[in-house]
Amino acid sequence: MTAPAPARAKPAPVPTPETQPYWDGCAAGELRLQRCADCSEAFFYPRPVCPACGSARVEWFTASGRATLYSYVINHRPAPGFESDGPYAIAVVQLAEGPRMMTNITGIPNTPEDLVLDMPLQVTFEQRGDVSLPLFGPAPGAGAGGSS
Amino acid sequence: MSPGIIIAGAAETTRLGKIPDVSTLGLHIDGALNAVADAGISLKDIDGIATVAAPGPVQVAHALGITPDWIDGTGVGGTSFLLHVRHAAAAIRAGYAKTILVTHGESGRSRIGAARPASTAALPLGQFEAPYGTLGPTTTFTIPALRYMKNYGLTHEQLAYVAVAQRKWAARNPRAAFRDPITVADVLASRLVAYPFHLLECCLVTDGGGALIITSADRAADFPKPAVHVLGTGESSETPMISQMVDFTESQAFRLAGRDAFAEAGISTSDVNHLMIYDAFAHVPIYGLEALGFVKKGEAGGFISDGHTEPGGSLPLNTNGGGLSYTHTGMYGMFAIQEGVRQVRGEAAAQVDGVDISVILGNGGMFATSGVLVLGGSPR
Repeated sequence: MTAPAPARAKPAPVPTPETQPYWDGCAAGELRLQRCADCSEAFFYPRPVCPACGSARVEWFTASGRATLYSYVINHRPAPGFESDGPYAIAVVQLAEGPRMMTNITGIPNTPEDLVLDMPLQVTFEQRGDVSLPLFGPAPGAGAGGSS
Repeated sequence: MSPGIIIAGAAETTRLGKIPDVSTLGLHIDGALNAVADAGISLKDIDGIATVAAPGPVQVAHALGITPDWIDGTGVGGTSFLLHVRHAAAAIRAGYAKTILVTHGESGRSRIGAARPASTAALPLGQFEAPYGTLGPTTTFTIPALRYMKNYGLTHEQLAYVAVAQRKWAARNPRAAFRDPITVADVLASRLVAYPFHLLECCLVTDGGGALIITSADRAADFPKPAVHVLGTGESSETPMISQMVDFTESQAFRLAGRDAFAEAGISTSDVNHLMIYDAFAHVPIYGLEALGFVKKGEAGGFISDGHTEPGGSLPLNTNGGGLSYTHTGMYGMFAIQEGVRQVRGEAAAQVDGVDISVILGNGGMFATSGVLVLGGSPR
């Protein structure tokens, strides 16, 4: 009998100087985004220039963590580290502040019946190696999706 | 007016499918030799080279004994070869080269001599998408579809029908990997890969390649095959991260590349006799038909399920069977061009009557990049 292969870890992000404040925010339990000091556009992913107007005057702020479910797939061929999760949703959420981001959906079954587009969500955080990773779950008091 | 550009030679690798006895570089060489033979020229006539890395244009040129005056290594995914044709046209017009070879070879299935992808852990893609369990195009290219389905009422059956329609073309093509007819029920009964996509709504993974010879139209009479004129070209990019698409119900890159190609060619959709839309997944032809303006937003699913794109329909689409049924090495754009060339020449396996204008829409890095070519049987 051969020993089972060692469980692989889920991929952890490798921060860069420009993105470190984002990951520091996650470690503090906050979703931090950037906003342009000239045109006020909020944007994601972190970078040292505003994609809307080209200004380099960008500033960090703490987002509400509120979002809605924009689109997703339920993946049946797991990525390394996700083998024991069963089919899992790879989702894109619409943040209340405007930008969209990819995430996983936690706290609710990842089925087409439970994951209803536009359902309200709230950020939560999961430790991944040295990094805290933002995930999203059903917004408190909003019910758990289902056949609405 | 700019001098005209033609595709003087075009050929695929001798074999497609599972080719474990030929390396990635070997597939480039095989495709190049076939294209050179198709054009009735010698490798020594070639003075420009374009392909993607790896192996890249320097390796391919060296292996073939070509010393280029012009090199293009644009590597933006499966549409790269459409961009190579566009860039080659510009180079020929500028006088940088006269006879340009564009090659594709990919051991997508057997992985013989294939390059390993570079680590992206510290790139935005690695930091903000990979941690959520993405694993290649099946998990990312597919994500916009549910939003499209909700906003425009596209049904699971209509999505499945894209694969059914293309299988009808593949059934007429002896080189297609999958030729047996399928039904919507078959598609929906195939296993889920990434909901809402089933296996039969995802492209194949094969080995193969192909090559093109691009030159100026004033030499059209010098070659054995009918010249295929490059009437218009376009290219654009949107985002390397699927999560950052501006609107999940449409491809900005498709639209912009198509707009430029149609404008340069001076054509409208009513001029088009034949269409190729790179179909890595079943939703991509839907996005492509709408981005190019063949139908209004939200109508493409019904247009396909009503039979307009299949044999006998008004707009023959993906007539080789497409990435869903013909072949898909990983960078399918070369095969879409090859089928457009065959249709304009009148030598396709599932030949459409009277093809004067063929349009090819390529995507690269999923919805990241797009190239569009307008090919014609005569100059305009």
